[in-house]
Amino acid sequence: MTEPSPTIAFEHLLRELAPQVLGAVIRRFHEFAPAEDAVQEALIAAATQWPHDGIPENPRGWLIQVASRRMADYIRSESARRRRENEVAEEAARLPEPSAIDARPEEDDDTLVLLFMCCHPALTPSSAIALTLRAVGGLTTAEIAHAFLVPEATMAQRISRAKQTIKSSGIPFQMPAADERDERLRVVLHVLYLIFNEGYAASAGPQLQRADLSQEAMRLARIVRNLQPGDPEIAGLLALMLLTDARRAARTTPEGEIVPLDEQDRSLWDKQQIAEGVALLSAALPEGAIGPYQLQAAIAAVHDEAPRAADTDWPQILALYELLKRMSDNPMVALNHAIAAAMVHGPAKGLELLDALADDPRLASHHRLDAVRAHLLERAGDRSAAIEKYRAAASKTASLPERNYLLAQAARLAAKSLT
Amino acid sequence: MKYILMMTANKSEWESFAKWSKEDLAANVAFMRNFTKQLKEEGVFVATEGLGWPQQAKIVRAGANGLPATDGVFPESKEFLAGYWIIDVESPDQAYKIAARVSAAPGLGGKPGSMPIEVRPVLSGFSDMGL
Repeated sequence: MTEPSPTIAFEHLLRELAPQVLGAVIRRFHEFAPAEDAVQEALIAAATQWPHDGIPENPRGWLIQVASRRMADYIRSESARRRRENEVAEEAARLPEPSAIDARPEEDDDTLVLLFMCCHPALTPSSAIALTLRAVGGLTTAEIAHAFLVPEATMAQRISRAKQTIKSSGIPFQMPAADERDERLRVVLHVLYLIFNEGYAASAGPQLQRADLSQEAMRLARIVRNLQPGDPEIAGLLALMLLTDARRAARTTPEGEIVPLDEQDRSLWDKQQIAEGVALLSAALPEGAIGPYQLQAAIAAVHDEAPRAADTDWPQILALYELLKRMSDNPMVALNHAIAAAMVHGPAKGLELLDALADDPRLASHHRLDAVRAHLLERAGDRSAAIEKYRAAASKTASLPERNYLLAQAARLAAKSLT
Repeated sequence: MKYILMMTANKSEWESFAKWSKEDLAANVAFMRNFTKQLKEEGVFVATEGLGWPQQAKIVRAGANGLPATDGVFPESKEFLAGYWIIDVESPDQAYKIAARVSAAPGLGGKPGSMPIEVRPVLSGFSDMGL
């Protein structure tokens, strides 16, 4: 067996360079899809040559050079094809010589521009996720397909259609204009959040490797943070990821069944990750531009800092949810707010808030409204209504471990009723 | 999110399908093949299978000593799964639209069959963060 560390370091280097190289090549040649193919070929060339020849002095420049040469070949054959078809000969004149392509290593911004492109609002969320993981994350199509449990050919097609959308929408390779930059950054952060959520939501057991998506989302969030260190919402998102992911080991049983927050073994929580998340958040909050990610991170931090569930500072969590509710129209925030209110003011208050949400069409068929109501009814001592709501929630969830958990709650209460 | 699209038919529908004209059969088969191809091109395809005829179906239960006890006599009204597709889409609405497309597969006389397609979510191994 080979030692894992040099291989991993090598892989990390390539994955870190991949978006920078792709950005540089797109900037030169303006075409996403062939540029991506060219960069893939350059990465493969590096993976086969570098172990023998050693890592070149300027690895980024080496990769850009090789990818540009491939790109030049591509444009030459494309223009030849077009010449044959249209008898237009001038195309070839546009071709820059590979030797003219320098390898400025300071063009870190290309990674950010690439991210803006992959998270363009013209793309559906699942296309943006796939494209970001491929072009910025440097994952192979097979790895992405595996993470989302779809055939590789399906993922390849999804990525190729996403590139086609970028091409046909004429999305330029440049930073968004100043007036739309905040809005576009919000889309980028949302895509990273969705990637994290896909991984976080994975159960243990056979699907353990979906956890890699959380790691990948955190890696990408770190890159964005390094490129835009002054933005407190980016720091907030990274903190939220760290503070949430810190509980991973305690979140499920070894069989993959759900362990709710108040029953988790807190000694399994990752202290180092919590400390990093809290530090990030503490530095971001005084900046004054409080946004939803910072607030969610703050809520996660309050949970993480309680030594026991009973020590949780619920009044503070309630105050944070009140702020968050004012900023976001997300019904899930309203549900969590109701839970916090119940913890502070008693279950009756929580149930009253839930009644106000009952007409929200976004929640009508969602299991979580029933699940929260069941929980609060149980706390209020209305056992039979709680059983009914746990069962209703179980019938609506799209998650197998969650269904098992909700049915077990109903069964636990039903057994109590018999004794 | 993943959905299964299930195409079912009762015994008499299966039997009438067996009596379709060559042209009708060919049109239906070509439609189904093309439908699956389109799902692949759209980047939503996960899996598809067609199943054997009801005559081959048996209900198996554990009998005495754990030996299989089979039963193959079914009432006329029983619906049999003919085949299924599993797709990965952005929303339930997108799944319903795709189901409607296959429901319009050409039937007798080449007219859209309007077959019932049962659409159900495939449970995932996870739950979301609830945020």
